[in-house]
This record gives sequence, C-alpha cells and structure tokens, in this order.
Amino acid sequence: MAGITGKDAILTDYANKLEKLDAPKGRSLTQDAMRRLLRNKAAMVSIILVVLIVLAAIIGPYFVPWGYAEVDWTSIRKPPDLSKGHVFGTDQNGRDMLARVLQGTQMSLIVAGVATVVSVVIGVVYGAVAGYFGGKVDAVMMRFVDIMYALPYILFVIILVVIFGRNPVLLFVGIGCLEWLTMARIVRGQTLTLKEREFVEAARAGGAKPFTIILRHIVPNLTGPVVIYATLTVPEIIITESFLSYLGLGVQEPQTSLGTLISFGAPVAEVLPWMLLAPAGVLVTLLLCLTYIGDGLRDALDPKDR
Amino acid sequence: MTDTVLSIEDLSVTFDLHQSEVHAVRELNFSLQAGETMAVVGESGSGKSQAFLSIMGLLAKNGRASGRAMLGDLNLVGMDKNRLDQVRGKDIAMIFQDPMTSLNPSLRLKTQLSEVLVKHQGFDKGKAIRHAVEMLERVGIPEPGKRANAYPHELSGGMRQRVMIAMALLCQPKILIADEPTTALDVTVQAQMLDLFKTLTEDFGTALVLITHDLGVVAGVADRMMVMYGGRCVEKGRTDELFYDPRHPYTLGLLHSTPHIAHRAARLDPIQGLPPSLEHLPKGCSFHPRCAFCFDRCLEERPPLAPVEGGREKACFYEGPMTYEAVA
Amino acid sequence: MISYALRRVLSAIPIALIAVTVCFFILRLAPGGPFDGERALPPNVMANLRAYYNLDQSLPMQYLIYVWRLLHGDLGPSMVIDGFRVSDLIRIGFPFTLTMAMSAFVVATAIGIVAGMIAAVNQNKWPDYVLVLVVMIGVVVPNFLSAALLQLVFGVYLKWLPAGGWVNGSLTHLVLPVTVLAWPHAARISRLMRGSMIEVLGTNYVRTARSKGLGERLVLARHAIKPALIPVVSYLGPGLSYLLTGSLVVEQVFGLPGIGKYFITAALNRDYGIVLGTTILYMFIILALNLLVDMLYAWLDPKVRYR
Ligand SMILES: Nc1ncnc2c1ncn2[C@@H]1O[C@H](COP(=O)(O)OP(=O)(O)OP(=O)(O)O)[C@@H](O)[C@H]1O
Ligand SMILES: [Mg+2]
Repeated sequence: MAGITGKDAILTDYANKLEKLDAPKGRSLTQDAMRRLLRNKAAMVSIILVVLIVLAAIIGPYFVPWGYAEVDWTSIRKPPDLSKGHVFGTDQNGRDMLARVLQGTQMSLIVAGVATVVSVVIGVVYGAVAGYFGGKVDAVMMRFVDIMYALPYILFVIILVVIFGRNPVLLFVGIGCLEWLTMARIVRGQTLTLKEREFVEAARAGGAKPFTIILRHIVPNLTGPVVIYATLTVPEIIITESFLSYLGLGVQEPQTSLGTLISFGAPVAEVLPWMLLAPAGVLVTLLLCLTYIGDGLRDALDPKDR
Repeated sequence: MTDTVLSIEDLSVTFDLHQSEVHAVRELNFSLQAGETMAVVGESGSGKSQAFLSIMGLLAKNGRASGRAMLGDLNLVGMDKNRLDQVRGKDIAMIFQDPMTSLNPSLRLKTQLSEVLVKHQGFDKGKAIRHAVEMLERVGIPEPGKRANAYPHELSGGMRQRVMIAMALLCQPKILIADEPTTALDVTVQAQMLDLFKTLTEDFGTALVLITHDLGVVAGVADRMMVMYGGRCVEKGRTDELFYDPRHPYTLGLLHSTPHIAHRAARLDPIQGLPPSLEHLPKGCSFHPRCAFCFDRCLEERPPLAPVEGGREKACFYEGPMTYEAVA
Repeated sequence: MISYALRRVLSAIPIALIAVTVCFFILRLAPGGPFDGERALPPNVMANLRAYYNLDQSLPMQYLIYVWRLLHGDLGPSMVIDGFRVSDLIRIGFPFTLTMAMSAFVVATAIGIVAGMIAAVNQNKWPDYVLVLVVMIGVVVPNFLSAALLQLVFGVYLKWLPAGGWVNGSLTHLVLPVTVLAWPHAARISRLMRGSMIEVLGTNYVRTARSKGLGERLVLARHAIKPALIPVVSYLGPGLSYLLTGSLVVEQVFGLPGIGKYFITAALNRDYGIVLGTTILYMFIILALNLLVDMLYAWLDPKVRYR
C-alpha cells in the first residue's frame, strides 16, 4: 500500500531539484540533505531505533533461549514470565512469543529488502535505458510508466499472490516488480542530465558501448536517489507484507512474519493480549520510525519548509 | 492642501526571530496631506515596505508594530482586526510590490475587483462588476469587459499591475500606498503608470505614498520625500530641495548613483559598501561605516532627526559643504 | 473546459486498453494458471472455460473475443464455482462496498479538509498538536491493526458497538468499519490540507485579500480554500483507490458482505476468473474517478486547462 511516507511527492521534488543542477552540485545537494538529517532529532532517534530492531531481528534469535517453533509444554498460553525466559509470553502452542516476534520481524525485513532491491534494480535499468536512448524509446517507455501509475497497485499484488501462491520470497520479488515506477522516473531524469556531461561524452567518443556507459558512468552517480528511495520503499513493503499475511495471503505457517503474528493474535486478543500487542508494537514502532525518517528526509531536502 | 489625512507617530516594527529580534522600522514620524504625493526611498531592506504593511495590519506573524498611525481619530496600529477591516480597502489601500503573485490565481479578475465594492459600498454584485469594468478602462486596460472575465495568468505583468491599481482605487481611498509599483515593468510602461498615478491622484484627491528605489521616478511625481536607512528616516523634505541640496550624505549618495540625476558629478558614484544588517547595526550613526563625511562623534552618538531650515529634517551631525569634490 | 474534458477522456482510453491487455495476458500466461494442464480443475469447470475462452482458437483471436465480451460488460466466469460469474459477485457485493467506501470517502475528506484548515489557522497551538498526533496514528497504523484494536476496545471491552458482522440496514454495524477505513484517509487529507493552507495563508495574494478589508472569514472562504485544495484534490484519486482496496481488508476483518470478502476468498482459492474480473472492474472505476478528479482540478486551477 503505497503512500504512507508520501514517497512519490518527496522523490519527485527531489528529482526535479536534481535535474536543475549538474551532477557535482547534485551530489552536494544530497550531502547537504544528509547533514540536515543528522541534525534532526526525531529522525536520528528513529534511525537508531530502526538499526536496533534490525540488529535484534538478525542476531536476536541466537540469544533467545527458545526457538521460534520450539514448544514449551510447561507453559502454554502464558503471559510474559521472565523466570522461564518467555519475555513476551507464549502462544496457544507453547511457543515463545519473543522468538516468534524476532523471527517475524526478520521475515518482514527480508521480504521488504528483497522487494526494494528488485524494484531499485528494475527502476535503475529501466530509467537509465529510457533516459540514455531518449527520443521515441524514452517516450514509449515513460508512457508505459504513466499507465502503470494509473492502475490499482494492491489488486496487482493480489493477482501476484494468486500466481505465486505459497512462496513468500518469490511473491515479494513480484511485488518489487510492481514498485519500480518512481525509481525509474527519477533515474531517467538523472540520466538525461548526466548524459550531457563531458565524462559521458568522452566515454562515448572513446567508443564505449551504451550499457558500459550506463553501468560505469551513470549508475554510480545515483547513490543519493537510491538511498532515499530505499528508505521510503521499505515501510511500504512492510505494510504490504503484513497486510497480505494478515489476510492469509502472504507468509504461511510455520514461517512467520509480523502480519502473520498479528493475524493470529487478533482473534485471541481478549484472552491472550500479549499475542497481539507484541508484534503490533514492533510493527508500529518500525513504521513510525520509518515515517519519521521519511519526514526528516523531506525536510532535509526542502529546508524552506521550516 | 493642508488637510492631514494620516499622521504617523513613533512607528516601530519588530520581528521576533528564534533567539533574537529584528527592528525593521524605528521611530518613524511623518504626516500625509490630502492630494499630495510622498516618496519613500532607501536601499533594499531599509524597512520601507514593513513600515507601511504595519499600518495596514499586514505584518507577518512574527512581526509587531508600536507607535501610532492616526487616520482621522482612529489609531490603526494595534487596532482590532474587525474594526481595521472597515478601514482598509476603503479609506486606505495598498498596491503591493510584486504584481505577479499579488492576485489570486484561482479567481476571475471581476470577482477580485468587485468584492471590495460589495464589502465597503454595499453594492450588489452586478453593479460592483460594472464599476470594476469602468475602473479597468480608466487604468488603461483594453477590452475591459472581456478582461474582467479572465484569470490573472492570462495577463501580462504590466496588465496585472494596472489591475492592482484599479483594485486599490475602486473605493476612492483617501490614501494609496504604492510599493514599488513600477519595478516589475519595462521603461515605457513605467512612464505610462506614473502618468496614470498623477491623473488619478488629481482626479480623486488621493494622497499617494510612493515607495521606490528609483529616484528618477521620484523626481517626476513626488511633492515630498522621505529617505530611509537601516529602518530609520534619515532625511525628509520637499523633493526639489532634497534633490538640489541634499543635507544627508546618504541622500547625496543615492542621488549620485542615479543616472538621470547625477548630472552634477562627472561620474556615477555608487555608495561604497553594503546596506547594514538590521541585526548588527553599527554603533553611533548607522551610516557611518559608509559615510565619506563621518567624524569622531558619528562613531559614538546617533544623530537624532532634527529640523533644518525650511521645514526639512535630517539626522546627521555634519554641517559642512557636501560635494564629492570636497572629499576627493 | 469542455475540450479539456474531452481530451482527458480520450487519453484515458489507451490506458484502459493496455490495462485490459495486461490482465488478459497475465491470465493466459501465468505459471500455474487455470489453463495450465497440471492443475486439476473439475471437468465441468474446464469445459466452461474451454467454451468461454474458445481455447481451440489462436491466442490473438482469444484476446479479441475477450475484449469484445468486456465491451459488452461481461467480466467473465469464476474458475472454481460452476456457473458463478463476476457479474453475480458485483450484484451481490458491489452496492455494499460502494456504499461503505463512499461514505468513508465523503466523511473522511470533509473531516480531513476541515481539520487541516483548523490546524493551519492555529499553527503551533494546541489544536495543531492534537491533529498532528491523530494524523500520525492514522498514517502509521495499518488498517487491519486499527480494526483489530477498535474491535477489541469498542466491541469486546466496552461493548458499545458490534465488533463485526452485518445486519441489514444497521448503521451501528458500519461505524467501526467506516472509522477504520476513513481514518488514514482523513489523516492524509488533513496533512496535505494543513501544509497547503499554511503555504497559501502566507502568499501575497492572501495578503492582498486582507488588505481589501474583506474580513478573515471571507479571506479564508473565498481566497484561501480554493487554491489550498489543489494538492488535496490531486490526492483524491489515489486516496479513493486506497479506500476501495482498503475496503477489501475491512470487509474481511469485520465479516461484511462486500466484494472484498469474495475477492479475498477467490484469491485464497486461486480463482483467476473472479480476481481478474474484479481487478478490471476496479481499474475502470479508478480511471473514471481519476477523470472526475482531473475535472475538479481544472476547475480549481485555471492554468491546467490550457496545458
Ligand atoms: N517576517 C520577517 N521576519 C524577520 N525579518 C523580516 C520579516 N519581514 C521583513 N523582515 C526584515 O525587515 C527588513 C525590512 O524589510 P522591507 O521589506 O521593509 O524592506 P524594503 O525597504 O521594502 O526593501 P525592498 O526595497 O527590497 O522591498 C528586511 O531587512 C527584512 O529582512
Ligand atoms: Mg519592499
């Protein structure tokens, strides 16, 4: 579900600004923005929290006494209990909620990462090709992007669900294939300006092939937009994932994700509230932080707003 | 011509910044007679616009005004907004510095023009629009009936400026404040506009305040002028006297840097240095770092605005002859 | 204005056509699709499919037949339930979904605009801070979660409202679902409105309007709202598609009899026919709504009409 971070608006503004500057200035625009971001307290706290959550999701499972599928027969449906090591309590099957939440967070982050990487790759290639070749190729390619923008994203996602069924990673590769539009627009704009620059012309005069030029000279200049794009895309995919999993269309048992956990916690929340609150807390914190980072980026890129 | 329509007493404008404050205008005093034209000149940032915006109650949120601005027996400074709304647009109107952005892009001109009459004269809409179209014709807009239906973006800058002027004149205000009405325009249009002002002030008996950087404009139309520097008035008096016999070095500098007027000097002499930052005004006379005639006293003490002969006033300690030749 | 409208309608046609084409080929070529020999379909369903899609014809011919049927308003059959068609589903579920989404849309848009204005006029005072908080929650908490939490609080603990289910004509059953649906939308609208209103209130033309002594109320109503609405209106189109798709979740969570519930069930059963038919329907609705929004936009911003 695109849009919680207002990604398109932020990135389009940013891209418009970049287009008006030449590359070295563009780079310093990005650096200035980063410097301003570092001074934004809410964004910095959010970044730290996100880093902590990511670290916990990756290495946490090694430190938790219980495995995420391991059943503790002595404590089934138990509230948080430190003496047994069930910090977030246990579920109906006696599985440790902390371990499951960590595992779920990891899964949510992995699929978000996969989809983001896929969308960045497609977006960069598509945008660079359109921008580099220009003319009719560009017109047709960008028209296609416009059309894709007009289509209901979430319905396509559900079609993908029907096609890819039970394999979450493949599913999110597919979702990445839907997410690249904004990236393509920005990269195209950047490529249009970059290709006029001397080093590209020199390479072309030296007989380099178009794809060599794109890879060697254009892509390395796109770090700023890519970082910003990725920051804003990850929360969107996390929401999409949890939404699908909640509906039973995403990650399936015994694997788990934040959305899956919430969908199992919600029906029993009256008697086992920790089963809903633990994953919901992590999800909301993560999304809140990512939103603050997005807001921070927007302010950093557009300081006149303040 | 001795009817005072507006008298300003100790007008100051202060802006709150995060940590500090900026005094954009300090202790301004002047009065305006019916039918006369007064020019206000000074470099960018000298506080010209803010002084008059404060009279209109239009300062930015972080700004506040003190002192008095008497329109008849009403003090406009600090007046309740509802009360003020019965005066502004009707008795006192303002033409803003930037005609390109001062009209509402989403409303037709006739709406923007007629609403003033509906509000202040109680006209019904049809009558108000007819009046508005007449006024558009008077300010020299061709096909006014058709233009009234247009949106601002369909008009050129010069046309928009005329619309602004028409809008300000609709209620035949006693006082018209024109903030650099000609800077956005090219020279021929500029001349037309000034002619227009002249006839209009004569026809309506309006007192005109003309804010400008351009002394060439002042020479043609203004009866009196006031020179501002760093938020203060540094010299004021009749235009012809100030032009032929400036008593403040800053006025002299301004005259010398204006091409049409610098006839007495062999070359153009721009004033040395930059306008001061209002947050860090120099001690003593704020003009002293740029002044060719400055002496010890100027560094320590701020010269007050004091009467000179002939009803003029200046804020300067220097009493000697003032020509650049004398310095050079 | 009319020629602008015509141009917009014409430019929507190729978009619709491409959308339909994409859908057709996804349907036909998807791995593991219904036409894939490995999938065991009930024989009578397979026979229906064969008849419906004329599988003995060539692919381009099948495409033309498919488009031709669409033009006649036929969105195709279910591939799981014998004899069930997308049109049946629309008949059963669409009125409900549309009513719910539209009431959420209207309520949320109105609340969002008003709240945004109040916040802008009281910038950095308490109404503004309250709004920022409510907005943040609305933007960040996904609808399935807010649904679960509201059900728990108002349905289970407080017992003020039914936690789910549907009784025909009962408004109380709609309160929670519409709230869940409307909240994020209202939040985004008010956020946009607040920002653009603050910007507009600082413009020179609002200063001009104030200088005319119109009074603050008229200045807001006539001079500020219209231009401030421009970014809001440009969000209405995407906003509505979020609402329509958000209703999928809400219907599922609250057990309401709209299209969404059937749609999700169809997706779980991998019923391509229903999923695609519904998708195409939604696409047309969204294209049509976007057209409407464009018209509104052109009314608000006269410059657009000439582009
Ligand atoms: N909202 C504000 N906050 C802080 N300072 C302000 C604000 N508005 C104006 N100022 C300051 O007030 C000073 C006077 O501004 P003013 O607009 O009156 O200048 P001006 O003489 O009209 O110049 P110009 O010829 O460029 O129009 C400027 O230095 C400006 O920086
Ligand atoms: Mg000014």
